[in-house]
Amino acid sequence: MKNISPDTQGHWGKFGGKFVSETLMCALEELSSAYNEAIKDKNFKQDLNNCLKQYAGRPTPLYYAERFSKKTGVRVYLKREDLLHTGAHKINNTIGQAFLAKRMGKKRLIAETGAGQHGVATATVAALLGMPCDVYMGEDDIKRQKLNVFKMKLLGTKVIPVKTGSKTLKDAINEALRDWVTNVKTTYYLLGSVVGPHPYPVIVRDFQSVIGEETKRQIRKLEGRLPDYVVACVGGGSNSMGMFYPFIKERKVKLIGVEAGGLGLASGKHGASLCKGTEGVLHGARTYILQDKDGQIASTHSVAPGLDYSGVGPEHAHLKQTGRTSYYTVKDKDAMDAFFMLSHLEGILPALESSHAIAWVKNFAINFKKNDLVVVNLSGRGDKDVDIVEDYINPVRN
Amino acid sequence: MNRIESKWKELKKKGLKAFIAFITAGDPCLEDTYKIVLEMERQGADIIELGIPFSDPIADGPVIQASSNRALEKRTNLNKILLLVKDLRKKTDIPIVFLSYYNPIFHYGIEKFVEDAVKSGVDGVIVADLPPEEAKEIKIFSSKKGLDTIFLAAPTSLKERLHKIAEASTGFIYCVSVAGVTGARNSLAQSLKRRVVDIKKLTDRPVAVGFGISNIQTAKWVASFADGVIVGSAIVKVIQDNLEKKDLISKVGKLVKDLASAIHKA
Repeated sequence: MKNISPDTQGHWGKFGGKFVSETLMCALEELSSAYNEAIKDKNFKQDLNNCLKQYAGRPTPLYYAERFSKKTGVRVYLKREDLLHTGAHKINNTIGQAFLAKRMGKKRLIAETGAGQHGVATATVAALLGMPCDVYMGEDDIKRQKLNVFKMKLLGTKVIPVKTGSKTLKDAINEALRDWVTNVKTTYYLLGSVVGPHPYPVIVRDFQSVIGEETKRQIRKLEGRLPDYVVACVGGGSNSMGMFYPFIKERKVKLIGVEAGGLGLASGKHGASLCKGTEGVLHGARTYILQDKDGQIASTHSVAPGLDYSGVGPEHAHLKQTGRTSYYTVKDKDAMDAFFMLSHLEGILPALESSHAIAWVKNFAINFKKNDLVVVNLSGRGDKDVDIVEDYINPVRN
Repeated sequence: MNRIESKWKELKKKGLKAFIAFITAGDPCLEDTYKIVLEMERQGADIIELGIPFSDPIADGPVIQASSNRALEKRTNLNKILLLVKDLRKKTDIPIVFLSYYNPIFHYGIEKFVEDAVKSGVDGVIVADLPPEEAKEIKIFSSKKGLDTIFLAAPTSLKERLHKIAEASTGFIYCVSVAGVTGARNSLAQSLKRRVVDIKKLTDRPVAVGFGISNIQTAKWVASFADGVIVGSAIVKVIQDNLEKKDLISKVGKLVKDLASAIHKA
């Protein structure tokens, strides 16, 4: 596999890099060298692993979804990241980065959040390590995700409403970057996905790779071989990157990324940066983005707040270009149907983001071969989404 | 010799410091931008920085963010701004520098952008989110066509980076006064003077200081040690406070006149 690692400035081929204000260049260099030292340090690794095990609840099970498998006619395993502390894979990354921040002597954490999952995961580790924390969140998202906002407050984090632009995730990232550039000496920016300038896409991927590594071990033990398909949803792309990365070199394993099809690609209301976007530069990296004819960033739509983003991690852009990963879209409606299906058949409420991956398996079912083995990353649980689902079932409720 | 270079020569001869005035192109509309540029020149601005509006201006504070939004609401884009410069060139030879984020330029096409900018009469470009490491492509075309590329030097830039920045910059070097986003500050740290002196040791090119310079007093102080002073948010604020008013242009002119005389005399 060519270019499995980026160059020293974070380029996978033409994607990635560091497109930031000069003021942040020094901080990114500092972060790179601190990270490279930390991962060579046995104590750091041990502390991290202990915390993932004792506090977050790793390893997570790889569960054979028997009734769902019967219904779809292919054997499907679910990687249960939904069982982690705070309810999603996000905590894998926040524990790692918060430990790194502490090691670097940073006094304060900041983060952006869309749906609030990364915000809650950051607020959680901030409480755990006794660090003050500010989370930027779009005003519209604050209205949509009241429960997560309240959780962050309970954990001692300040949630700062973002009133600029589209008042969603991309604007929250803008505001977090503005805070960071102003307080760069004392503050650690805990970015929540495999996006942003180098080294963030690498750091977040590495901390999330535990998902794919565990899966590999578990499926070998359970089935004596690797899966034929590995499926995960892609917003910014952290759960999928964490799942895919350890499989990239296993050429026989097909990697499937599922983006938000929203109301359909023709409607323009979707979050399909890889399937429908064009090359551009957003939030510090060259990647695929959704933009208009003048290069202004387009607004997005998905029923799953975590997929509602106009960019995507640069390593995904590279995997798409080299053809190593195939990307598809799933519409809101199909994701919702998959949500109901998994709830009824398996007693698991999947996050609406993860429901996109489930829906892909459901839609693709007729194409699988008889003995195909499929692993789906169930990146989070759906408790956070019950209000959205209720509105969907009964839209005239209000 | 291009317009930027001859402007610095002319100022040096007269023993004057440069006043570089920033506004966002298309705020409140391109017709007004045309008038404001000519008025700013009349009142003593030496170089004009035209902001290319962008949906996600991460290096800007609230005043320029709002200005960028107003321009985008009027559907301002690179094509229209290039036409505006073409029109301006029938009236004035004042150096014009674009200040943009990378994506609108990248999307337009780097080579085409450089070619069209030079053809329209643009003299230089500053890209807020493009450090020298990522600027190879734009540098190749710019040096071929004679478009100046101006890079920013930050308070956090260590010596090794300052070398890189000085080497990559043509036209002048943009020294950022504070760590943070654009916008007015009441005062600036005394250490700024030391930094400007340090940068000047690394290069023969002029060093202009921007970010946070909002009043006559600060402008005067900065002009006492820098080659040029860049004022943006304070001017844009006057535009914001006088939208829809008949005397918008003269209000901007008044501030520019006061700043110009303070900076020139320093």
